[in-house]
Amino acid sequence: MSSSSIYSPPGFDFSNQLRNNFMLQKGLPLPKATSTGTTIVGCLFKDGIVLGADTRATEGPIVADKNCEKIHYITESIRCCGAGTAADTEFTTALISSNMEMHALQTGRKPRVVTAMTMLKQMLFRYQGQVGAALVLGGVDATGAHLFTIHPHGSTDKLPYVTMGSGSLAAMAVFESGWKPNMEREDALNLVKLAIAAGIFNDLGSGSNIDACIITANNTEMLRNVEMPNVRVQKERDYKFRRGTTAWKKEDVRKLIVEEQTLLIGGDEMDTS
Amino acid sequence: MSIMEYNGGSVVAMVGKDCVAIASDLRLGNQALGISSNFQKIFPITDRIYLGLPGLATDVTTLRERFRFRVNMYTIKEEREIEPETFAHLVSSTLYEHRFGPYFVEPVMAGLSKTPSGGVKPFIAATDLIGCLNFAKDFVVAGTASSKLYGVAEGLWEPDLEAEDLFETISQTLLNAVDRDAYSGWGCIVHVITKDKVVTRTLKGRMD
Amino acid sequence: MTQRPQQHSFNPYTENGGTILAIAGADFSVIAGDTRQSEGYSIQTRYAPKVFRLTDKAVLAVNGFAADGNMFVKKVRQRLEWYRHAHSKDMPIRAIARLIQTMLYARRFFPYYVYNILGGIEEDGTGAVYSFDPVGSYEREACRAAGAAQSLMQPFLDNQIYFKNQTPAPGTSFPQHLPLNTVLSLVIDSFTGATERHIEVGDSLEMYVVLARESPSIQALQNIVGIQERTSTADGERIFVIRRDLKKD
Repeated sequence: MSSSSIYSPPGFDFSNQLRNNFMLQKGLPLPKATSTGTTIVGCLFKDGIVLGADTRATEGPIVADKNCEKIHYITESIRCCGAGTAADTEFTTALISSNMEMHALQTGRKPRVVTAMTMLKQMLFRYQGQVGAALVLGGVDATGAHLFTIHPHGSTDKLPYVTMGSGSLAAMAVFESGWKPNMEREDALNLVKLAIAAGIFNDLGSGSNIDACIITANNTEMLRNVEMPNVRVQKERDYKFRRGTTAWKKEDVRKLIVEEQTLLIGGDEMDTS
Repeated sequence: MSIMEYNGGSVVAMVGKDCVAIASDLRLGNQALGISSNFQKIFPITDRIYLGLPGLATDVTTLRERFRFRVNMYTIKEEREIEPETFAHLVSSTLYEHRFGPYFVEPVMAGLSKTPSGGVKPFIAATDLIGCLNFAKDFVVAGTASSKLYGVAEGLWEPDLEAEDLFETISQTLLNAVDRDAYSGWGCIVHVITKDKVVTRTLKGRMD
Repeated sequence: MTQRPQQHSFNPYTENGGTILAIAGADFSVIAGDTRQSEGYSIQTRYAPKVFRLTDKAVLAVNGFAADGNMFVKKVRQRLEWYRHAHSKDMPIRAIARLIQTMLYARRFFPYYVYNILGGIEEDGTGAVYSFDPVGSYEREACRAAGAAQSLMQPFLDNQIYFKNQTPAPGTSFPQHLPLNTVLSLVIDSFTGATERHIEVGDSLEMYVVLARESPSIQALQNIVGIQERTSTADGERIFVIRRDLKKD
């Protein structure tokens, strides 16, 4: 039942649960939310972390967004790639990012990757996998460079190279044959690009462009669309219509205020006479 | 049969040169039975932002009122009109609050945001039913005819269309897509928003 | 903790994705299909033809469950070979269409999971397209898309081929039939559009063009890159194949 107060408290609102469960009983299942299909990867190199992601968001077999951003900001030196239910990854990472900033202010210290990891895993476990966020968390903090993978039920793994999403097998195949400890920046970035490309071309749930993010001790470089191997070719024909092609019945024109000029009549002061 | 198909309806929004257009069908049905051919799904939020809400009709009505309330509160507190990007995030948060008992709508937003130089920048966005935002540069679609709309829009849309040409393109996209969908149709309405006016036209289409 | 009865079964069908399209002109027919074969989120192969030449006048495109599709084409070709030996001529396309119906309906209770589109030239020299459902219901049309991206392509074609929802300029009317190069461009744009928005469409596009006897449309094919001829009789009808790349992501 909806709350009597017009100001809703923060957090999840379960007031539609009763109605939705009733509908489920009657045979009307919950519609599919946008899932990111996805290939996301992270890898450790000599100076820090390289994260990578594709940019396709799917709704079933249809591509809903051809260039979405899957590398989310946690703090200046910590980023998180998200696979699974897109809304969940978006809001979960935003929430933890906000809490990390507050935490940094409270503790007076630079935020640590393990802190973000712990916040994320404790939240995801609390929701028992219902929040469908599969994350690759990486960053550099005072203790060094760290890379984690977090599953929707709340389990985590700490590894030197990780992949998640429907294209994770294609990407992991590239990592397993190419990863070495203490790689140079260029080599690490190329490996990540190859891994994401493997996902893009071999997994139908992943596609479009490659995003990357290089995090080192003193610098974070966000490489949005670092490679665009799937640009649309020019169309064969021009599909512009003759003006007047569409038949319409009724027209209504609403003029908008573009500019306002206030003219003061009779001086600035209030007339107190 | 899914809840999103219960009442039917579809919306599409497209970007043009210094203008945006948003269009929807007018059908409200009870599964296969058509009830109304005058069910508005696109609402003005401010002079320059329009919101399209396809999906379960009761949630369309409820959300229209909830957004009206939230935008009014914003205007009162901020003493200025809400910008399109901000409104999109407002929609997204409202839907995510109901993550585990969602509203069965897939909102589509179209608007013009102000640039520092005094010009306008076209803006469109769509979300899924739990608030995942999609900021497209070309077009966004939602509703029972979404796959048909994707196909026609992908074929017909081109960048930098003038307002009159954008009207033709979005109208043809909507009309042909809903003609192939049993749950959408029964009339169409198109709003073309430019810097100084909003032109709303009701289209002549198949009523079967 | 008693266990409930469990039923195990083998699902004989699977979906292999892909899309096919056929458009009939005044004196030609274009039958096209992408060449991607997928299962779930994986690609099985980037080149598995879905469009097959039956005779110089008829081309069959099959889409749905690839194993059934390929086997069905083999069986149709066998029946056409018997007909050729028995009647000393190729089967006319409307007869092939009826034959396909009976072959499909024969398996009414364990169907071929295939959506067929037959395209080619009729006995009277006009372009023909026949589309079928998996159990044999068929109809002659001017234009049909089938497969994964059917809902994306068909409304676009309705608008561009049949000029639906378009009002002509005052004093003019829309053409009944479109020229070959326009049709080829529409086919390519339909597929590039479908590739953008549907994950199961892509890799490459194969278009078969069937021309009627002495068709003037042959001019339109002169400058096409990579076109190949597949005509094998001297009857007059000609068949060509054009391949184009599609996005591979």
